[in-house]
Amino acid sequence: MSDAKSIFLKDATVNAADGDQRAFIRKALGGYYTNRDLQKARYRDWEMARDVASMAKWTAVNDLANVLEKFVGNFERNGGVVHWARDAAEARAIILKIAEDANAKAIVKSKCMTSEEIHLNDALEKAGYGVVESDLGEFIQQLRGEAPYHFVFPCMHVKREAISELFTKHLGTAPTDSPEELTMIARRHLRQLYIDADIGITGANFLIAETGQISITENEGNARLTAALPRIHIALSGIEKVVNYLDDLSVLLPMLATAGAGQPMTCYNTLYSGPRKKGECDGPEQFHLVLLDNARTRLLADPEQRDALHCIRCGACLNVCPIFKNIGGLAYGTTYQGPIGSVITPHLRGLKQWNHLSGASSLCGACTDACPVRIDLHHHLLHNRRNAAKESPTLFDRLFHNGFNFVIKRPWLFAAGGRIFRATLPFLQKLPLPYMRAWMKTRDLPKAPSQSFRDQWKNQNV
Amino acid sequence: MSDARSDIFARIREALKVKAPKPHLKGDANAGKSSVAAKPWLPEGGDDAEGSLLILAEQLAKLKAVLIRVPDRASASKALANLSLSKKWKKVAFHGHELLRPIAAGLSCETWEADASFDKQRLEGCDAGITTCESIVAQLGSILVSSATSGGRALSVLPHVHVVVAEAAQVVPDLGAALALARARHGEQLPSMLSFITGPSRTGDIERILVLGAHGPKELYLILIG
Repeated sequence: MSDAKSIFLKDATVNAADGDQRAFIRKALGGYYTNRDLQKARYRDWEMARDVASMAKWTAVNDLANVLEKFVGNFERNGGVVHWARDAAEARAIILKIAEDANAKAIVKSKCMTSEEIHLNDALEKAGYGVVESDLGEFIQQLRGEAPYHFVFPCMHVKREAISELFTKHLGTAPTDSPEELTMIARRHLRQLYIDADIGITGANFLIAETGQISITENEGNARLTAALPRIHIALSGIEKVVNYLDDLSVLLPMLATAGAGQPMTCYNTLYSGPRKKGECDGPEQFHLVLLDNARTRLLADPEQRDALHCIRCGACLNVCPIFKNIGGLAYGTTYQGPIGSVITPHLRGLKQWNHLSGASSLCGACTDACPVRIDLHHHLLHNRRNAAKESPTLFDRLFHNGFNFVIKRPWLFAAGGRIFRATLPFLQKLPLPYMRAWMKTRDLPKAPSQSFRDQWKNQNV
Repeated sequence: MSDARSDIFARIREALKVKAPKPHLKGDANAGKSSVAAKPWLPEGGDDAEGSLLILAEQLAKLKAVLIRVPDRASASKALANLSLSKKWKKVAFHGHELLRPIAAGLSCETWEADASFDKQRLEGCDAGITTCESIVAQLGSILVSSATSGGRALSVLPHVHVVVAEAAQVVPDLGAALALARARHGEQLPSMLSFITGPSRTGDIERILVLGAHGPKELYLILIG
């Protein structure tokens, strides 16, 4: 069993038994369901919008080399600098070099899951930079020393009392149980940090090939401030975020907001092209974009699951997932939680260590239904299971499947096996069979019928 | 060792040698062209100017943004002055636009044209930032500001209140129309920032409870002339 799997099983078991925490998560998501449905109802045809959104991404991803080339050409023409990173280590080195060259001290960040993926904060802190997350949820998680719980709602599992205690401890503020006051504490604390920071680091939601712009989606205004006040702006993005046309955003931006947060549009959707231009009164002097592969091309090479690269990281699949709601986001042990995380993590980090996530699914398909860009999520979980069994079958898999194969081809043996199985079923309950133990711990086997199905069929003379 | 750029492109070209099936679609999705002008599947943006204004008012109310409709520039100036008095603003920064200068002149508090290189600290100390905009999207209640026409990047997001003054003719039905208009206006020379502002800054990060004014403005006013 891989380390990742044993940690997952342990954490998932503990969390699933925590009824209080599960009720808290369900309640937190309650408002989301209502708002999402209200917003979806405003679409004259949501299913058609999904078609168009998925085609916009499909067209770009399946022509990635050309679209990316076009984007980079236009981005550079706008005065930005592009850096290429094959993996996490290269991306970290590039960003450290920019910071060093700029003689920077303080760095402010807005929410960027790609930076979690490459563990950027650790690297920057080790190199002696002060790094502050400015998104409220990420700020709270940074103070807690914990990874995000949900890639859109990073601290949705933390109760207000805990946040109040956290702020009292780290910021010396008076305790309060009002979310409003807690938000204002963070607001006041962070304002000066934007002004003093030398570098602002953001992510990117979309890269627009025809104009060379990057698009950033947020609600709080922290990304706006991060890209406005420091003298250097660094954006970090996966190579798959590119779309062909600016007009693609007229579909993708509202859908991202509706599917992800139940909003018509998130509060700030901003397009950046280059540093401060001549005649503009503010903005950064330098604009860098780090384009990251980090095994995305491995996923690209799998035509069956390539559509997982269409993901716009709205988080809708997490919000509806019965597994996510019961085991929580931290148990996954991944940068991207929930169904999409279970699909892509084996590609990004290795199938052998991470295929267990694809097993943690009821295959109910709620994720596939929720996905605004029609990623075939629950089938990809099955594809991962199949690929894992093919790539490195366990001894049990091999014995079971070879045995089954042998028996099913011989009707007399199948009938005999059935008789033996029916007779011994009451005793099987007591045997400590591997693979059965977890199931039998909380369940009884059904009573064996006296006749096989085939005998019943025959005796009915149908 | 080859460089990262050519390595990544080589990996992409290799990966794409095997074609992926097209997604299972409900309709034909116009053969994948989301660039067709009319998008009759998205939320409505109104068929005419009046229809758009109705939808806009409804959207802004839901977003907790305040719409103030006035007949002409003189009454816009009066509305702004009243707002400033009722909110007891002491310092206000505005974008030196020909529409805004006379309107801001009616303010009795300290005003400041934040259009040249400015002190960030001074802007942070302002009670309100007043800007124009590129266009207003009825469909979603979004206001498109840009670094070229709205006083740079910080003015519309750093002060605690944001006031937008615009003409009713700047209202467009949907997001696609706003993007097309910005491109037509600026051509190849796109402003370094174009930002759709949809309601005052907000967060739900604490227990998914809505709080306005996370980092950006807590209040958003749209004074619409005509």
